[in-house]
Amino acid sequence: MLYDIFIDPFVQMYDMPDFFLQVLWEGFVAGILYALIALGFVLIFKASGVFNFAQGIMVVFAGLTLVGLHENGVPAFLALILTIGVMGILAYGVERVVMRPLVNQPDIILLMATIGLTYFLIGFGEFVFGGEPKQMITDELGLPNGSTAFEIGERGLVILQHIDIAAAVIAVVMVTALGIFFNKTRIGRALRAVADDHQAALSVGISLNQIWAIVWFAAGLVALATGIMWGARSDVSFALEIVAFKALPVLILGGFTSIPGAIVGGLIIGFGEKIGELYWGGLVGGGIESWLAYIIALIFLLFRPQGLFGERIIERI
Amino acid sequence: MNAFVTEKTLAPAGTEDRAEREILLKVDNVSLSFGGVKAITDISFDIQKGEIRAIIGPNGAGKTSMLNVINGFYHPQEGTITWRGKVRRKMKPYEAASQGIARTFQNVALFKGMTTLDNIMSGRSLKMNRNFFWQLMWRGPAEREEIEHRRKVEDIIDFLEIQAIRKTPVGRLPYGLQKRVELGRALAMEPELLLLDEPMAGMNLEEKEDMSRFIIDVNQEFGTTIALIEHDMGVVMDLSDRVVVLDYGKKIADGPPEEVQASQAVIDAYLGVSH
Repeated sequence: MLYDIFIDPFVQMYDMPDFFLQVLWEGFVAGILYALIALGFVLIFKASGVFNFAQGIMVVFAGLTLVGLHENGVPAFLALILTIGVMGILAYGVERVVMRPLVNQPDIILLMATIGLTYFLIGFGEFVFGGEPKQMITDELGLPNGSTAFEIGERGLVILQHIDIAAAVIAVVMVTALGIFFNKTRIGRALRAVADDHQAALSVGISLNQIWAIVWFAAGLVALATGIMWGARSDVSFALEIVAFKALPVLILGGFTSIPGAIVGGLIIGFGEKIGELYWGGLVGGGIESWLAYIIALIFLLFRPQGLFGERIIERI
Repeated sequence: MNAFVTEKTLAPAGTEDRAEREILLKVDNVSLSFGGVKAITDISFDIQKGEIRAIIGPNGAGKTSMLNVINGFYHPQEGTITWRGKVRRKMKPYEAASQGIARTFQNVALFKGMTTLDNIMSGRSLKMNRNFFWQLMWRGPAEREEIEHRRKVEDIIDFLEIQAIRKTPVGRLPYGLQKRVELGRALAMEPELLLLDEPMAGMNLEEKEDMSRFIIDVNQEFGTTIALIEHDMGVVMDLSDRVVVLDYGKKIADGPPEEVQASQAVIDAYLGVSH
């Protein structure tokens, strides 16, 4: 038994390096996808101190809008632009209808509001696009769908899907752009100000409405990117909304307020999950992928309650 | 006792000179209620350009509500607010901030995770908002502008003698210093009217003296009009040109400090009176 736990998996890794590399790659890709979705949560949390329950459904909604538009004869590229527009309208609408009336309310109220938003988007999405899963229009968007095989050693083979590579590249570009936007511009400062204290931000003339609209729009764009990438791997369906909550352990790991944290957290969860499932999962009958992430997050929580990169809050009381 | 006052206004309180001063802000017959609770009932008073105006009264008298009405956090059900000659039903926070009304809060409202410097810089956000889209580009004009604002902020930091805590996250600072940073943030807005909600609450004597000195300097050097709420009567009498006294949401006295101090209604409000 002890042998199975502590020695055998490592022997396997050594014996079959190609398989191990493949697992690492799978973990990397999963991690990138988790990171993307966590990013959406982080953006809104940074700006309003609210855990945006609706981030998952925003991913689905963005994906559905894109595919739905295309199904109705809109060319793929135009559909993409229109979808970006729709996410913009959504951001404006959320700010106007949900956030603005709730200025200065406790965070829990805002959380409840995002739960309400989730159910609204589920209903609205089903009403407009129907409930059945849809195929992501990867080819039409010009996303690669081939794969490249690398030979490792004598008989080994690692296969990289091009779509996964594209996902990684898009994620990196997105994170860099957002990082610059929020750290190097004054909007970043205004954003943190709004997150810290609504009243004080108002008193120095920062427009909460503007900041929130911007942030929700940014989160909408992230959701769209996530929807495309995730949709390309499976289908675009409402089931994705549940998968989105995999972002929770990622956030716990990375810290709710850190963009790099979302990336690193996503990768740790991605790697941990795949390696755990394939090398140790068999010992308990498999299927540990779905909950292992939470265990990893719990262990981290014991040592770093603020997450890896979260703001350590030292406050006088 | 009123050394500051006479020195500053160059005329004893209550002379005609005062009446000729320009009125910066005026509230007329303002009433504010929350549900059935009346916070403010039919209050009128004015704030003249360049003066230090104190608003005093027992706890729950409606002083902070009054400030909130002035800078637009609360919208009164009745009455008008005249700011720089323009009469309106209510202010909006953004409008107030952009037209030169800055404020501090009773229970320090700072951006706790940010440094002193960033907190004070945030006070300049309105001055910078103009080229919102330049910020995305960051280079060129936006960068130059940032440097220029930074210089102004450093001046404020020097003025308030908080150089040492420039890079400290404000959540870690002792209370007295937090209050000072909050004043700095308000000053960074280069306000015409500065509203201070209990700027000296919870301070020791030395800190109070420092804060009093800053308030007087702001008033004299920058010519900023100040409206302050304060409980320390010694401070109020020393600092202010005129005092308005509220009790249970009603105005019970208004005038120069010594006059107000002698008013029977005020004495009753503070000491209680048997009915």
